[in-house]
Amino acid sequence: MFKEYNPIKKKRLQIIDNDGKVINQKLMPKLDDKQLIKAYKDMLFARTADLMIVNYQRQGRIYTYPPNYGQEAISGAVAQIMRDDDWLVPAFREMGAYLAKGASLKELFIYFMGYEDGSLFKNAKNFLPISVPISSQLLHASGIGYEINYNNKDQIVYTFVGDGGTSEGDFHEALNFAGVWKAPVIFIVQNNQYGISTPFKMQTASDGIAIKALAYGIEGIQVDGNDFFAMYKAVEESAKHASGGNGPVLIEAVTYRKGAHTTSDDPTKYRTKEEEEKWDETDPLKRLKAYLIANKLWSEKEEEKIVPQYKKEIDRQFIEAENYGEYALEDVFKFMYTEMPQDIKNQMMEHEKFLKWKEARS
Amino acid sequence: MNMVNAINNALDIKMAEDKSVIVYGEDVGVEGGVFRVTEGLQKKHGVERIFDSPLAESGLAGTAVGMAAAGLRPIIEMQFSGFSYPAFNQIISHVSRMHNRSRGKYKQAIVIRMPYGGGINALEHHSESAEAIWGHIPGLKVVIPSNPHDAKGLLISSIESEDPVIYMEPKRIYRAIKQEVEESKFAVPIGKAKVIHKGEDITLVAYGAMIREAQKAAALAKKEGISVEIIDLRTIYPIDRETIAESIKKTGRIITVTEAPKAFGVSAEISAIANEEAFLFLEAPPKRVAGFDTIVPLPKGEHHYLQTAEKILYEIIRTVKY
Ligand SMILES: Cc1ncc(C[n+]2csc(CCOP(=O)(O)OP(=O)(O)O)c2C)c(N)n1
Repeated sequence: MFKEYNPIKKKRLQIIDNDGKVINQKLMPKLDDKQLIKAYKDMLFARTADLMIVNYQRQGRIYTYPPNYGQEAISGAVAQIMRDDDWLVPAFREMGAYLAKGASLKELFIYFMGYEDGSLFKNAKNFLPISVPISSQLLHASGIGYEINYNNKDQIVYTFVGDGGTSEGDFHEALNFAGVWKAPVIFIVQNNQYGISTPFKMQTASDGIAIKALAYGIEGIQVDGNDFFAMYKAVEESAKHASGGNGPVLIEAVTYRKGAHTTSDDPTKYRTKEEEEKWDETDPLKRLKAYLIANKLWSEKEEEKIVPQYKKEIDRQFIEAENYGEYALEDVFKFMYTEMPQDIKNQMMEHEKFLKWKEARS
Repeated sequence: MNMVNAINNALDIKMAEDKSVIVYGEDVGVEGGVFRVTEGLQKKHGVERIFDSPLAESGLAGTAVGMAAAGLRPIIEMQFSGFSYPAFNQIISHVSRMHNRSRGKYKQAIVIRMPYGGGINALEHHSESAEAIWGHIPGLKVVIPSNPHDAKGLLISSIESEDPVIYMEPKRIYRAIKQEVEESKFAVPIGKAKVIHKGEDITLVAYGAMIREAQKAAALAKKEGISVEIIDLRTIYPIDRETIAESIKKTGRIITVTEAPKAFGVSAEISAIANEEAFLFLEAPPKRVAGFDTIVPLPKGEHHYLQTAEKILYEIIRTVKY
C-alpha cells in the first residue's frame, strides 16, 4: 500500500465516498460488524462530549477548550488499533484517542477546569500528558521509540500534531531521529487546514505534508482523514510496518476543524461559510453512519436512543469534576521535584504565615 | 486608549513613517493577532509589510536576524512568551550577538514583542513571566510597560532602537487600563524608570501588571500610616540604578514586586543594586515579593501564586517594623 500511495504520486487514500459508498473495495479493511458499531459509537460519544464541553465553556463552567469537532475519524481509527501497551504521545486535539487509552472524560474536565491533577490519567497506561508547546511532543515519541527498540519490546508509539505544527523545527527533527533509529513511531498529522487563523497554504509551499516523509527516508501516506475506513487502513498498515522493524510512518490525515480553534477564537474572522459548508459534506460521522445504515448495522432510532444516554453519562462526569474540590497550596509545590528542596519548602511556609496574618486581620 | 490600542497605534505610526519596518508572526496578519494587537494594520499597510508567518518561533527570530542584517527593521511577535523558547537559540546566539560579532558592521534593529504574565485563567505555558531570562542575556534590551501611555512611547523607542529589544506586554492589563494618550508620535526613553507615587517610608519597585498591585498596596499602607514611594521600572535592562538608589537614600527601605519566580530574578538584581548603591542608607534588608520558585499553577491554583496588594502590604509592614 505504501508503494501504491507513495506521496510522490499525489494520491490520497480514500475508501468510502461522501455518501458512505465503498469506492475502493480492494483496500477495504476487514472489520466485523461489532467492531464497526463500536468504532462509530466511540466517535459519536467523542463528538457528543466535545459539543457539550463547548457549551459548558459558554456557561463559564470550564476554561478554554480546543474542540475536536469534525476530526473524530482520525482518533476513532487509532482507538480501534492502539493496544494497551502502545504509547500515546498527544498534542491536544485527539480526545477519542485519549479515551481509548483509558483516560476518563472526568480527568479531561478536571484538566480544562484548571487543575494539574487532570494530567495524571490514572488508568491510562503509556500516555504522556497533553503537550501545549506545538510539535515539541514529537521528539518525545521518537525517544520512546528508541527505548522500544533498545529493549526489544512489542510496542508502537502513536503521536499527533497539527498542520501548523509541521512548520516547527521539532517536527523535522523528530522525523529525522525516528528515521535514523528506525523507531516504531506513527506520526499522525491532523491537517485540519488551519493553525488558529493561518491557512495551510501559509504554512508550507508544499501541497501536502505526507511527501515530507520521503526526505527523511521513511514511509508517508496522505489519507482522507474524514474517511474512517481509510484512516483505519492507514493506521493498520503503519502499525504492521512499524512493528516489523521497518521504522516510522508519517500519516497526513486531511480533515477540517469544524469548530473554532479554541473557545476563545472566532473563525468568522478568517474563513467563509461557503468553505465550511463544503467541508460539511465530508463529515466523518455522517459518512460512517451512512455506510452503517446502508448495511443495516445502525439506525436513526438507535442513535436517538443512545445520544441521551451519552449526554447523561458525560454530564455525570462533568459534575463529578466540578466537585473535584479545593486546590491546596501544597499542590503548587508538591511535584516540582522528587524531593522538595528546603528553599521552596521555606517559601511555602512563609506563604502560610502570610495567610495566617491575613486571616487575623480580616 | 487601552494598552492594545496604544501598541497598535505605535506600530501604525512607525509603519507609516518608515518603510523598513516589517511586522510578522503567527496570526498577526488577517486576524490581527490572538489579542487583536495588530488588528487592521494589514489592511492599512499591506501584506508585504505585515503578515502571518508559518508556525515557528525559531524561524521568526532567525529570519529577523537576516532581515536586520540586511537593513530592515523587523518586529516579530511571539504569540505568548511561553512559546518564545523555540527561538531561544536564535535570540541568544545571534540576535544578541551579531552586532558585537561583526564588530558593529551588522545592526540588529529587531523588536521581539511577547505578551507575558499570569492572571488570565489560561492553559499551561500561557502565564509565565520570564523577563529575568532575557535580562540575563548580554546584548538585549528588555522593556515592560505598565500603562497605555508608556506602552506606546516605549514601543516607539524600541522600534527606533538600533539594538534588539525584547518588548514584553503584560496581557492581564491589555484592556484593563484606559488613558488619554496622544495620537501623534512621542517616545518614552528606554532605560529610565519613573517614580509614579512619591513617599517617605519605603520604596516599592514594580513593573507591568504588578504596578496596579503596588498602587493598591500603597493605598492600604497609607491607612496604616506608612508612606510608600512607587517606582515603575519600565526597563528591565539597561536598568536604571540611579532612580532606584536615589529613592532608597530617601526612604531607607525597599521591596521589589515581581510575578516571576524569586530565584535569580529581577528582584534579586534590585536587592543587589540597593546593597551596592545605597547600603549605608538601608534601615532594613531589601525584600522581595515574588512568585514561588515553581511553575505558575493552572487557573484553579493560580490565586496561590499571584502577588496581591495584601501580600505586598504584609511585607511593607514587616520591613517598616524591622
Ligand atoms: C510553540 C508554540 N507556539 C505557538 C503556540 C500557540 N498556538 C496554540 S495552537 C496553535 C496553532 C496550532 O495549529 P496546528 O498545529 O495546525 O494544530 P490545530 O490547532 O489546528 O489542531 C498555536 C499557534 C503554541 N501552543 N506553541
